[in-house]
Amino acid sequence: MKAMKLLRYATMLVFALASIRVITGASDLTSVGTASAALLLSVPIMLAALGGLFSERAGVVNIGLEGMMIMGAWAGGYIGSQHGPWFGLIAAIVFGSVGALIHAIATVSFGVDHVVSGVAINIIAAGLVRYLSTLMYKSGAWPGPSQSPGIESISTNGLPVFSGGQYFGWKSPDILGWIAEKNWFFLSDIAAILRGLTGDVSYVTVLAVSFVPLAYFILWKTAFGLRLRSAGEAPIAAESLGVNVYAMKYAGVVISGGLAGLGGGFLAIVAASNYQENQVAGRGYIGLAALLFGNYRPGGLLAGAGLFGFADALQLRDSTAIRALILLIVVILAFVAFRSLRKGKTLNAALTLGFGALSLWYFFAVEELPGQLVTMTPYIATIMVMALASQRLRMPAADGMPYRRGGLR
Amino acid sequence: MSQLKLGRFSATNIALAVIAPAAAAIFSIIVSSLAVIASKKSPIDAYKTMWEFGTESASLMEAVNTATPYYIAAIAIAVTFRAGLFNIGVEGQLRLGALFSCYLGAMFVLPPVLHVAVVFIIAMVFGGLWASIAAYLKVKRGVNEVISTIMLNALAGGLSAYLLAQHFVVFEEGSNNLQTKELPASGQIPDLMPLLRKIGIEDQPGGGVYGMFFVAVALGLIFWFVVNRTRFGFELRATGLNPIAARVSGVNSKKMTVLALVISGAIAGLAGLPEVLGQTHAYDLGFRAGIGFSAIAVALLGRNSAGGMAFSALLFGFLEVSSRSLELIDVAPETYVIMQGSILLSSVIAFEIVRRLKLTLQSKELAKVVAA
Repeated sequence: MKAMKLLRYATMLVFALASIRVITGASDLTSVGTASAALLLSVPIMLAALGGLFSERAGVVNIGLEGMMIMGAWAGGYIGSQHGPWFGLIAAIVFGSVGALIHAIATVSFGVDHVVSGVAINIIAAGLVRYLSTLMYKSGAWPGPSQSPGIESISTNGLPVFSGGQYFGWKSPDILGWIAEKNWFFLSDIAAILRGLTGDVSYVTVLAVSFVPLAYFILWKTAFGLRLRSAGEAPIAAESLGVNVYAMKYAGVVISGGLAGLGGGFLAIVAASNYQENQVAGRGYIGLAALLFGNYRPGGLLAGAGLFGFADALQLRDSTAIRALILLIVVILAFVAFRSLRKGKTLNAALTLGFGALSLWYFFAVEELPGQLVTMTPYIATIMVMALASQRLRMPAADGMPYRRGGLR
Repeated sequence: MSQLKLGRFSATNIALAVIAPAAAAIFSIIVSSLAVIASKKSPIDAYKTMWEFGTESASLMEAVNTATPYYIAAIAIAVTFRAGLFNIGVEGQLRLGALFSCYLGAMFVLPPVLHVAVVFIIAMVFGGLWASIAAYLKVKRGVNEVISTIMLNALAGGLSAYLLAQHFVVFEEGSNNLQTKELPASGQIPDLMPLLRKIGIEDQPGGGVYGMFFVAVALGLIFWFVVNRTRFGFELRATGLNPIAARVSGVNSKKMTVLALVISGAIAGLAGLPEVLGQTHAYDLGFRAGIGFSAIAVALLGRNSAGGMAFSALLFGFLEVSSRSLELIDVAPETYVIMQGSILLSSVIAFEIVRRLKLTLQSKELAKVVAA
């Protein structure tokens, strides 16, 4: 039932995008390249969000995801440029976990406020990598104080039969790519998006996306997952049943750091080809927003990460597409206004309509959005989505609460 | 009560208050020494070089100048902290405050003091407005203020770059720096050098202390008074310490949330001004980035108290300025971020350990008194 509903919404969305593409001529809105870039940019956000999932389900708020991603990205650049991309990714996981271990020691063992500790870790991580990068540059190993040498790339492949790619010397046909080039309304749009998502995909991406069902399985279908979640919902009750709550929280936070670190390493190794300063650029926080948007569920956070990745991809590839996106916002606002009106919320509907009209006016008023504003797209998307989604969230009951064994304070 | 040994000024209490910072300082000295040793230099040499350079009067003045915006921004953060909120968006608020106060402030000429006052108000209005977005999202839509203010930081960065480049820019001859129109003399704040000369401090090349120093001190005093000695401050702290109890006793917690965030944003708006009004007299591309983030560390280290934050702001300023001398002995000046980071982390943990220790001691003491 739920899957059918989801499929219907997805089809509606693609249809809307296709219509807007035809109206505005912003062909990049549904191109293979955009879909592929969206996937690439979604993965780090998704990994951060998955990290957040483990930590928050164990009851530890993890604002430090950003810092752990920064550590991971740096380690990915440092080890990756010396020993190859796979070792780089492993180093990223290790570095992220070390950052998380500090967070766990501070919050779980010593009861420091979770947000305070997380923000401290972000500040420290940013400083630490700046210091380490300077050292690397001074020793002559790095070309600059803010970037690592290049990293070998990890090979890509496609879904056999549909999206091309190589399998044991057999070259697969590229059916979706063929349809995508035909420029058939809607059909080509769907094919292009699917081709972008399944063709020329890095093995790391496949691995990372497979973590989503894996996380679901671990957290909801294993004894370990049940115990970990019980530490986040009712730690004292869990303790009375013999669960080692401290161990569960430590496990959750360290797994969280490993995933966030991998996300950072992914940015340096797969999404780019070397480490650069400020590469993470708030993606840890956006990952957290994706987690909240997804209501602390693996499937939901995947949708959130996809949304933010799409916004990010569009702003990187084509600024005319962002202008076209305003039209999509108008359509969505009109839909929301219609629903509020049916529920009898006249004021709400009027406000939404007014905002929609304003957006429509802006769409016609400007020819092209200035570059400085285009880079803001993923952040605006995050705020808007949070504003719409935050009301019906249900966070783990004891999330962010200090816990001490034996009911001490 | 008099039988309780843990009074405000008891020996145990004073010892406990000293233990935490001392332990944090020792830990951070160890970590920073390791960082210096990693670049194959003697930590003793490094500290000596830093101390010698840092205590020259020109360096001290620069340290104060570095600390002034940190302190103002830290006060802004502390206002929200005391209300149980966390405004990470100070960076964006102070940037927009500085941008708009320079742009609008350069449009007119007023009598000297009045002009500066108007510039302050503009900065506070824009800082407060930017923060009010987060306040609205928090109260009406339930969006966590930490996430919304972080996103608003990114938006403020983009927005200010756009406004500066496309609308506010004035081209000076022979310069390709993007900057707003220069503020008229009446809108600038004079340097404190004349005052310092009177107390026997000599002019230094590159020296001088921003006039905003006094504003920062005044803000610190006001912050202390309002938070600790007024009804508003009490309600603010009550909301932070126990929101449910505060609500039951008649504090409008939504109102307090909005007020705390907007006041915080307004104060933050001022934090970008010391350099702009005292030195550059215009907002340009070189506007110092990262004040808002260092200020978070300052606020955490200073435990959100006026005095503590003053100390930690000065410490951070001193470390930043004096560490530049490390270049002389071929150690990366960025070592100061290691020092700041390790102090921050160890003190946050040390404070918590001491708090727990105190609770344990208190309950033991209480048990004794009750038994007697």
